[in-house]
Amino acid sequence: MSRLSRNPLMRFPGMAPVAGFAFAFLYMPIFVLIALSFNENRIATIWSGFSTHWYGVVLGNDDILHAAQNSIVVAVVAALTGTLLATIAALGMARGRFRGQTGATAVLVLPLIVPEIVTAVATLLFFVLIGFKLGLLTVMVAHTVFCIPFAYLPIRARLDGMDPALAEAAADLYANEWQAFRRVTLPLLWPGILSGGLLSFIISLDDFVLTYFVAGAGATTLPVYIFGMIRIGVTPEVNAVSALMLAVSILVVSLSWLIGRTQR
Amino acid sequence: MGDAAPVVEIKHLSKIFREAKEEVRALEDATLSIRQSEFFTLVGPSGCGKTTLLRLIAGFEQPTSGEILLYDQPLADLPPYRRPVNTVFQSYALFPHLTVDQNVAFGLEMQGVDAARITQRVAESLALVQLEGLGPRRPSQLSGGQQQRVALARALANRPKVLLLDEPLSALDLKLRKGMQIELKRLQLNTGITFIFVTHDQEEALTMSDRIAVMNKGRILQVGTPTDVYEKPADRFVANFIGDTNFIEAQFREDAGTAGCFHLANGMAFDAHETNDLIAGQHVVLAIRPERAALVEHGLGTLAGTLSNIVYFGTDTTYHVAVPGCGELQVRSQNRQGAGAHFHTGDAVDVQIPPDAVRVLAS
Amino acid sequence: MGGSAVTKQMLRRASLIGPALLFIGVFMLIPIGLMAYVSFLERGEYGGVVWHAYTGEAYSNFLFERDLDGSLLLNTDYLQIFSRSLGLATVTWGLTLLLGFPTALYMALQPERLRNLLIFLVTIPFWTNLLVRNYAWILLLRNNGLIDGTLSHLGVTNEPISLLYTPFAIGVGLMYSFLPFMVLPIYASLEKVDLRLVEAAFDLGANHLKALVRVIIPLARPGIMAGSILVLIPCLGAYVTPELLGGSKSMMIGNLIQTQFGAARNWPFGAALAFVLLAMVLITMMIYTMRSKRGPEPAS
Repeated sequence: MSRLSRNPLMRFPGMAPVAGFAFAFLYMPIFVLIALSFNENRIATIWSGFSTHWYGVVLGNDDILHAAQNSIVVAVVAALTGTLLATIAALGMARGRFRGQTGATAVLVLPLIVPEIVTAVATLLFFVLIGFKLGLLTVMVAHTVFCIPFAYLPIRARLDGMDPALAEAAADLYANEWQAFRRVTLPLLWPGILSGGLLSFIISLDDFVLTYFVAGAGATTLPVYIFGMIRIGVTPEVNAVSALMLAVSILVVSLSWLIGRTQR
Repeated sequence: MGDAAPVVEIKHLSKIFREAKEEVRALEDATLSIRQSEFFTLVGPSGCGKTTLLRLIAGFEQPTSGEILLYDQPLADLPPYRRPVNTVFQSYALFPHLTVDQNVAFGLEMQGVDAARITQRVAESLALVQLEGLGPRRPSQLSGGQQQRVALARALANRPKVLLLDEPLSALDLKLRKGMQIELKRLQLNTGITFIFVTHDQEEALTMSDRIAVMNKGRILQVGTPTDVYEKPADRFVANFIGDTNFIEAQFREDAGTAGCFHLANGMAFDAHETNDLIAGQHVVLAIRPERAALVEHGLGTLAGTLSNIVYFGTDTTYHVAVPGCGELQVRSQNRQGAGAHFHTGDAVDVQIPPDAVRVLAS
Repeated sequence: MGGSAVTKQMLRRASLIGPALLFIGVFMLIPIGLMAYVSFLERGEYGGVVWHAYTGEAYSNFLFERDLDGSLLLNTDYLQIFSRSLGLATVTWGLTLLLGFPTALYMALQPERLRNLLIFLVTIPFWTNLLVRNYAWILLLRNNGLIDGTLSHLGVTNEPISLLYTPFAIGVGLMYSFLPFMVLPIYASLEKVDLRLVEAAFDLGANHLKALVRVIIPLARPGIMAGSILVLIPCLGAYVTPELLGGSKSMMIGNLIQTQFGAARNWPFGAALAFVLLAMVLITMMIYTMRSKRGPEPAS
């Protein structure tokens, strides 16, 4: 729907109010949460003044910091590993059809299709059976599995959008396979890889269900910790730490968005 | 023109693509010889195999059977980066993340040429295509015509033995294309590089080439100079593809006292000129170029008909004459005396066909 | 001539795709197989399983329970949970569609700058923490929560009402969680629609409503189907939303499964439930793939 859409004829009645409601619906809870995180009052929902006190409490809480550290470590490892595996897989899948292609694609995106609770149960049983002690490593492994498709899709899209003649031109100009990859394919693929990596990072950082099942003691990540806090009750600390998680997610998503837009 | 030594030899080259249970015979038993410093063109409609042939020479595809020889050396399993040929791609395939300078320098870098030489060569190549000063720009900042020249410079910088051009002008608008045709020809004459040029535009093929190969459905139908191909088309397809042709079905009969006669189904007849291999009673197809025929008053010409349409082109006029039993014949004449209308639609006219303008094709 | 080159290419492909496939194979496919296997094992006394003791008990557990004398009694508890899950998933699907389609349409008709901003705004909730987003609804829905507070402030209600821990709360939470999943695919489909087709419809006498129903919606069908799948499947297996907003009285399949690995300590049953859920999802996916392969339906 291009330039023609500016034609006033293309106004459908009811569209705008519904869209307005939808956006309000999406963002109201977020605004409420952020607003209340600055609430001085111990009782979360009665406003008594603006304060960053609870942020201080959260940032001074060792357990929270430890959980945050775990989250970041897991996310970095899972995103790096997943993106690496996804990149070479995307390179292998590109250009032309071959036998088993649909099957391979199905397996690569399988983690996106299977409901997370099913994956969680299956992975837990697997680790228990083979005697793999539950800890930070099990979380990293489990996270890598779903990071692969999250990184794979944008990289594959970027690869498919590349003119196939470019690789041929490189070969025509005396570049062997490795040189062509390093000097032509990789620089052009890079924004896709970066974007995929950032998305994997965020997905891992935010993950809850799978982590809840396969994290051992001492391997608590931030979402799991927050879940525990919520179970106990609504407190200002929960508001503050939730708002912080939101801020981080929004930051990383914005970054990924900007990177995706710079390279056309 | 080229001298006798063949640069590229194609021997019984075939390429079959197998895609999902379907077999596509892109090239069938192609045999060609291209000479040093020749401007050789492969021309034909889309799907005729000309691009496949080019890609086989470049090394982007492997032949199913047959051989390609470059200076008597078989190219066989050599990957593209080991063949001393360069390609100008239809989509230009300029590296978007590199500047014009870096694009042109790419092949030289890959070959390990030292930096000083590279700078010099790049400058030379850009000068050759009249793009001095545009070095630091990115391809996205250039016009279509400029991009096309960069693609050319990038290939030429490597001083290839053979330059392959895959429909390089098809994305340009008419004026630009005509200008580039002249430039390409000039470039080829100056550098002496053997050009193998692919196009679907038969006019382009005629104006630029030393020799042409006309292709259709994976086969090479005729190889020859533009004059050969135009004046003496080998078969009906070539006659129809290159320029316009009138086709008339006739039967050859030997009449006493004459060289022979072509008898048409409608009872008309006219004398034959070249009759060497013809057998009496043989059915043939006669090919006659519109510009070799003339429109004359009724009773003065070879075939009688009615003028059905007059199409004015500025430089010349094409008359469509409905001749019973022959369909519609086209007669083209230059507007030497300006656009004077001597004849009018609906007039009874004759088409004058000089005997040596008749080319006999097997039926 | 080209034979060895072809196999070299196949080998290269295999070595590139192999690692990723292997990783997913080992850490996902095998575990799922194992899960199916476990569902046929006997429940261990203190949790866990008894290896090599096979039984179909876990599956019969779904509908029946054993009476003290060993006979089977019909137990509808779990059926209720399943039907609640299906019902909630369907309702969520319907509401997100009703809300999501006009939103996507609105977005698709905006000029480019605004459009990109709107896409960005819809994308953000997509990537933020599900836990946090559902938690925000606790703040809103609970006793003396924001909604309750506002209503009593306005004088609409006298006593504190709790909207929390009801199927209604779960529904709102699910809708909130998955609305972007419906909007984005529909938007992607609408963006590709050639507006000149709509102009043609107007030219042929269709008013806005008819043009919408007869031209735009059919053309957006791939997006609608994709969005539907992206909402239905996670809804069926939802855990976080019902856990935070539903409480123990309004369980969904996900909570039921988790309980088997927590308090109830019935691993085979949990595995069986998970496997049934997986089967439901896979069947839905197969139906979806078959219907989308069929392509646009002939005009009726």
